[in-house]
Amino acid sequence: MDAIEARNLSKSFGPVTAVDDVSITIPEGGIFGFLGPNGAGKTTTIRMITGVLIPDAGTVRILGTDVQKDPLTAKLKMGVIPENGTVYSDLTAEQNILLAAKFYGMDKVSREERAAEILDRLGLTERKNDYVRTFSKGMRQRISIACAIVHSPPVLILDEPTTGLDVYSRRLVIDTIRHMNHEGSTILLTTHNIEEANELCSKISVINTGRIVATDSPERLKKTFDTSRYVEVSFDQVVGPGIFTSPGISRAELWGDKWRVYTDDPDLAVKYIASVAEQKRLTIVSIATSSPTLEEAFVRLTAGA
Amino acid sequence: MDWKIFLRSITVVTEKNMRIYYFKGPVVVFGLLFPLIMFLTFFIGRDLNLVLFFPGFLGMMLFFTASSVGPLITPWEKREKTYERLVSLPVILESIIIGDLLAGAIFGIAITTIVYIACAGIFHIPLSSAGLLGIGFILGSIAFASLGTLLASPTTNNPSNIMMLSSLIRLPLIFVSGIFIPLSQLTGPFFLLTSLSPLTYLVDLFHAALTGDAVYPPWIDALVLVVVIALFVSCAKIIQKRNLVKGI
Repeated sequence: MDAIEARNLSKSFGPVTAVDDVSITIPEGGIFGFLGPNGAGKTTTIRMITGVLIPDAGTVRILGTDVQKDPLTAKLKMGVIPENGTVYSDLTAEQNILLAAKFYGMDKVSREERAAEILDRLGLTERKNDYVRTFSKGMRQRISIACAIVHSPPVLILDEPTTGLDVYSRRLVIDTIRHMNHEGSTILLTTHNIEEANELCSKISVINTGRIVATDSPERLKKTFDTSRYVEVSFDQVVGPGIFTSPGISRAELWGDKWRVYTDDPDLAVKYIASVAEQKRLTIVSIATSSPTLEEAFVRLTAGA
Repeated sequence: MDWKIFLRSITVVTEKNMRIYYFKGPVVVFGLLFPLIMFLTFFIGRDLNLVLFFPGFLGMMLFFTASSVGPLITPWEKREKTYERLVSLPVILESIIIGDLLAGAIFGIAITTIVYIACAGIFHIPLSSAGLLGIGFILGSIAFASLGTLLASPTTNNPSNIMMLSSLIRLPLIFVSGIFIPLSQLTGPFFLLTSLSPLTYLVDLFHAALTGDAVYPPWIDALVLVVVIALFVSCAKIIQKRNLVKGI
């Protein structure tokens, strides 16, 4: 059974189509990334998946339960961290977690044991009796995560979980996501942080202007844009792009004092550049080959956004 | 629908509201001070028949306490961004509406009961029917808490907008409800005007409960309050569902 199955989701706000016929299928067990630039439709899609927003069209199933038809059962299977999702400022850290646990129907002993365990994991045990209004953004986000994972949900959905966090909080959040995944939770996270997606996700969907433009593993997405492999070279003299005219070279761009020479065969391009340098009596100051990055794939997929 | 989960979600929403918004020092103190101030305003220095006006005073207490905080909850939570978290928890719109309503009703009953017991002890207020008084407390508190929930429903994340709307609707309801002039002394268009306010029927029910002297039969008062509850809750649900569709 798929953990999340969203079919043909669409949502418009007046004349603006925020999400246009988006379908995602996420099998149990992985960490799935939803990547896109600001305003691409990530949060709108997540809000429809979590039952916060009613779609114009389409269906969502969480572990086989339809979110619109049986929202209570579907939501019991999820833990959700909304974008900028805050917790109750007038409750303490522990009270927030215990309140969330009550919504999930946990008994008193389980609630208290689990709250203590999560507070410890998230480094907040010493602050458990402090009101959340006294917390930093990173600490609030950790409490937000604590509330979402208190019932060990089979599906954990996080909308931009690390945006604006300090390094320590970000590391704790990422470790917690990994831990939850190891414990058996399927993770869906949105981010516009490409490195984060590359680091965490086993599969990524790229969304742009409300439509899914690619879905694959990070490595395969990079390979989709294999032509963006390049050789970066700098010479002791200023040269023009005219020297990079081998058939295997698609284009050359000047990046600072270096030329970035795009090719589908970097080894051949290196040999060609070495021979040209010898012919033109140029000294190569530095030369390096580079594989395409997820960032490049992302930029290519969302070009014009 | 799983009724057990549904009932649990109502209970937890109610508990959350009571803990965060109602049973806090300043709110409780205001809830207790307000009747005292109103009592002094009503009765001190004026030659009024306490027994004749007490049902109106009691009705106004229940009206104010049950409907005072409710209008602020949803706009405040939208402003604080906790509303989205709440909606993503195992709740449905009905859980939130009923939870908000019950918290207001419990607060209204608690404060008004204290006021009633204090006044009954001090001023020897008569009691004709404890059952009708209980029905009045329950239906009145739910009706006015549901008004509070309805007032919280329009699209805004600015509580001050809702406070303005709340005052604009609640204050006129008091003036046309037969509190300041007993219903039995009103005739013609003034009497018709009072029939537009749900508070009129609660005050009349309290008259029946305390003095046994009401204008409408108690079952009509109760029926009107039930219809008002259904109307307010239905309207709140329609508006809040529309907000969910619009994503606001």
